[in-house]
Amino acid sequence: MITAAEVRQEADRLLSEFMAAGAVRVEAEILQPAETFLDLYGEDIRGRAYVTHDPFRGEHLLRPDFTVPVVQAHMAEGQEPARYTYAGAVFRAAENGASQAAETWQAGYEVFDRNDPVAVDAEVFARISELLTNVPVRAATGDIGVLMAAVNALDTSDKRRAALMRHIWRPAKFMKLMKRFSSATIERPKAGMPANYPAIGVRDVSEVMERLKTLEEEVTAPSIKGEDVAVIDQILALKEKSPEAVSQLRVMATNMPALMPAIDLIEARLDALTNRGVKVDDLDFEGSYGRTSMEYYDGFVFGFYGVSDNVETAIATGGRYDALTSILGLGRSIPAVGGVIRPKALLELRGTV
Amino acid sequence: MSLKLGVPSKGRLMEQTFNWFADRGVTLRKSKSDREYAGTVSGVEGVSLVMLSAGEIPRELAAGRIHLGVTGLDMVAEKLADWPSQVSDISPMGFGYADLIVAVPKFWTDVETLDDLDAVAAQFRARHGFRLRIATKYHRLVRQHLRDAGVADYQLVDSQGATEGAIANLTAEAIADITSTGATLVANHLKILGGDPILASQATLFLSKSAEMDAANEAAWHTLKQKLGV
Repeated sequence: MITAAEVRQEADRLLSEFMAAGAVRVEAEILQPAETFLDLYGEDIRGRAYVTHDPFRGEHLLRPDFTVPVVQAHMAEGQEPARYTYAGAVFRAAENGASQAAETWQAGYEVFDRNDPVAVDAEVFARISELLTNVPVRAATGDIGVLMAAVNALDTSDKRRAALMRHIWRPAKFMKLMKRFSSATIERPKAGMPANYPAIGVRDVSEVMERLKTLEEEVTAPSIKGEDVAVIDQILALKEKSPEAVSQLRVMATNMPALMPAIDLIEARLDALTNRGVKVDDLDFEGSYGRTSMEYYDGFVFGFYGVSDNVETAIATGGRYDALTSILGLGRSIPAVGGVIRPKALLELRGTV
Repeated sequence: MSLKLGVPSKGRLMEQTFNWFADRGVTLRKSKSDREYAGTVSGVEGVSLVMLSAGEIPRELAAGRIHLGVTGLDMVAEKLADWPSQVSDISPMGFGYADLIVAVPKFWTDVETLDDLDAVAAQFRARHGFRLRIATKYHRLVRQHLRDAGVADYQLVDSQGATEGAIANLTAEAIADITSTGATLVANHLKILGGDPILASQATLFLSKSAEMDAANEAAWHTLKQKLGV
């Protein structure tokens, strides 16, 4: 049994390792304004986070992650480039009676740097990997950028591409949209005219008319071609060691040349990882990795997993979240990569060795 | 300790509950004073009556303070996380029918399904700068349903009553509420989205999984079950 004191001690140790590597220690309030998270993650966060009420201060969440407050602090007053570290608890509600812990300690490392993105990706991965050298972990990686490049390359309307991008982190809905947009015939909406009924509420008739026009355009819009659908399916099903994954992606790119820049980036990242001493020949790459539960990642994504009690648990996770900095940066943005280690999971895994 | 049966303390739901039990030879009676929330059970030994607000019956069942309770499935499903792990549904009772549905203004002729609602939510947020508001008191059920359907860019706003008026009052763009006949929706110029309701509910007899059952309670429950034919 791992005690709370041991978890804190391990978190502190990881924190000092990150500081020794040049990161500046930062803190984040436990009570975070709910609105920021709700606007970012949507209403679903209410099911996953602890929502608190205060008659004067309004709704707050018990810190569901550190990334958001760290990004906010950096965007408000940070110098560039910056390397931050933090340690503390994050709180997650068990919406469906799951056995997941309510309070989980994390020690994290976040880099804000405009130079050489793949080198920064490799730095964060290697920094975390170094701290896990004596435990049996399996590393998995992915790159949301490949799927995004594929969606952007689809020969269809801007609105359809935007709809797919909006749901890129919701696999079931994404597939539903793909199916709709690739079907040969889309039924003409049988909708009547809005003027036949009283126009109540904030959304007005012009908005209804605008969308009716969109629906009408849908009927005649070119459907996504079968070979493009096949490429998306292949990307999502891809699960190989990194070098093999790159060669398979190159084959897919013969049907969709727009994938090339994203694949070049993966290859450059593998070189950067090799330079950092990572054995990329053994490194798993999954085309759909990071699409669920990691909603703000939009590039390189990674996780380290260990098996204790026959269950595979995440010891560390991280990734690139460039878009998040522009959403929280009020007009400004900076490329960013980060990751966290869960000290308790790490101690438990070490106990099994 | 007797076997405690919790029933709704007022209104049509109480009357229909009393009738349902009476049809099966068990008489539930409210005490003589109209204002007193106490009552008696005759026709079966060892059962006592607890008069409660229908909305509190799920909580009392989950806490094990009552053994049996009559309330709508909607109340149980909304208030108890993973409800089948906390209570057993013994029998649907054939009244108090209500569907939990999503409704939008009738003049939204571009919206028929949840997929349409999701597309409108994106359009609405881009135009108005805030997430499309859905008024409801069934927060958990609605949120889970919309998540499973892949609806994004919405927010739930709490509405404990007169929910159908929220859109005309400019406090929400859509509503999620229970309806039996749909008459109130029509009167407020609303229409129900197509597809299955979020939940099809009716009054149901529930058994607590945590209430203490001694031998006397077991015997009373056995007899009651036979009388009720459940």
